[in-house]
Amino acid sequence: MTEHGAMVLRVCRAVLGGADAEDAWSETFLAALKAYPELPDDANVEAWLVTVAHRKAIDVVRAAARRAVPVAAVPESSSAPGADGRDLDLAAAVAGLPRRQREAVAYHYLGGLPYQEVADVIGGTAEAARRAAADGIAKLRKTYAAAAIGEGEDR
Amino acid sequence: MIAHHETEARELLEALPAVTEAELLALRDRLADSAAAQGVLDVAYRTLDTPVGSLLLAATEKGLVRVAYEVQGHERALESLAALVSPRILHAPARLDAASRAIDEYFAGRRRTFDLPLDFSLARGFRRTVLSHLPDIGYGHTASYAAVAAAAGRPRAFRAVGTACATNPLPVVVPCHRVIRSDGSLSGYAGGPAAKQALLTLEAA
Repeated sequence: MTEHGAMVLRVCRAVLGGADAEDAWSETFLAALKAYPELPDDANVEAWLVTVAHRKAIDVVRAAARRAVPVAAVPESSSAPGADGRDLDLAAAVAGLPRRQREAVAYHYLGGLPYQEVADVIGGTAEAARRAAADGIAKLRKTYAAAAIGEGEDR
Repeated sequence: MIAHHETEARELLEALPAVTEAELLALRDRLADSAAAQGVLDVAYRTLDTPVGSLLLAATEKGLVRVAYEVQGHERALESLAALVSPRILHAPARLDAASRAIDEYFAGRRRTFDLPLDFSLARGFRRTVLSHLPDIGYGHTASYAAVAAAAGRPRAFRAVGTACATNPLPVVVPCHRVIRSDGSLSGYAGGPAAKQALLTLEAA
């Protein structure tokens, strides 16, 4: 279980960012702990955890909405700043993606799910999931590269 | 082409903030607390540094269920707990506070008996019977395999006593180290002969 902790946190952060990500992480592993004894031996634990994390992320967002805490379109990341701040730009860029693209990128690239399984989690077809991830990456490349260049000029 | 894109995308995402060990440890502690509160922490564990090396301590809600020497492999011990007791296992030191304190006191020479709640789930049948008789061998004393077999009600079963000691899930606390050969030689021990000697030397002091 501990071996997947970092992966799930990366996925939760990409989908939610900040303290919400930590809440989703905790809820995911608590749910995993409850369900674990019933999990078949041959189950794909990573895929299963990502699926649970997806559901918990939705719950966390809903709970936040119920508490009437304004959810910014671009959630602020509470992660430790990188030495040069560059990685925070990327985290912000990820947070700025449309939800489906963000999820497709997180579940495929950070969670390691094949597109068919990504589609099972977020709905739609495998091809649509692949396109969402590709569009997301293309957008990240553009915004992130722009931010990096902008920073370079500042210095 | 696709593989190429995949690699490039992965490289790009590597610039995301890294997940640090400290962050994971904090989350793990928080998880242990909520799991215990919700009654889904079946096995809590921690490690404890002692003069005979690092000991893995694990407890269920009933009591201490496993003590494992480093030479026995902590990972292996956790795997067998997952298979035989429950896969709901987390590093959660709080449940082992009393056991850790008692074992510390024992190694400091300030404790001669353990009165901790014990969970014998990992021992069955005659082995369990044997283990229940071991605390009768007092601190600083030893007994032969044959004597323990007699005390457990099967005088001829000294080999089975050997097996029960060798597979004792709670070494140190359940004193299988006090069982030696009739000729006074130490014979085997889960923690290795040096650990057995160290415990007997400690108790003889």
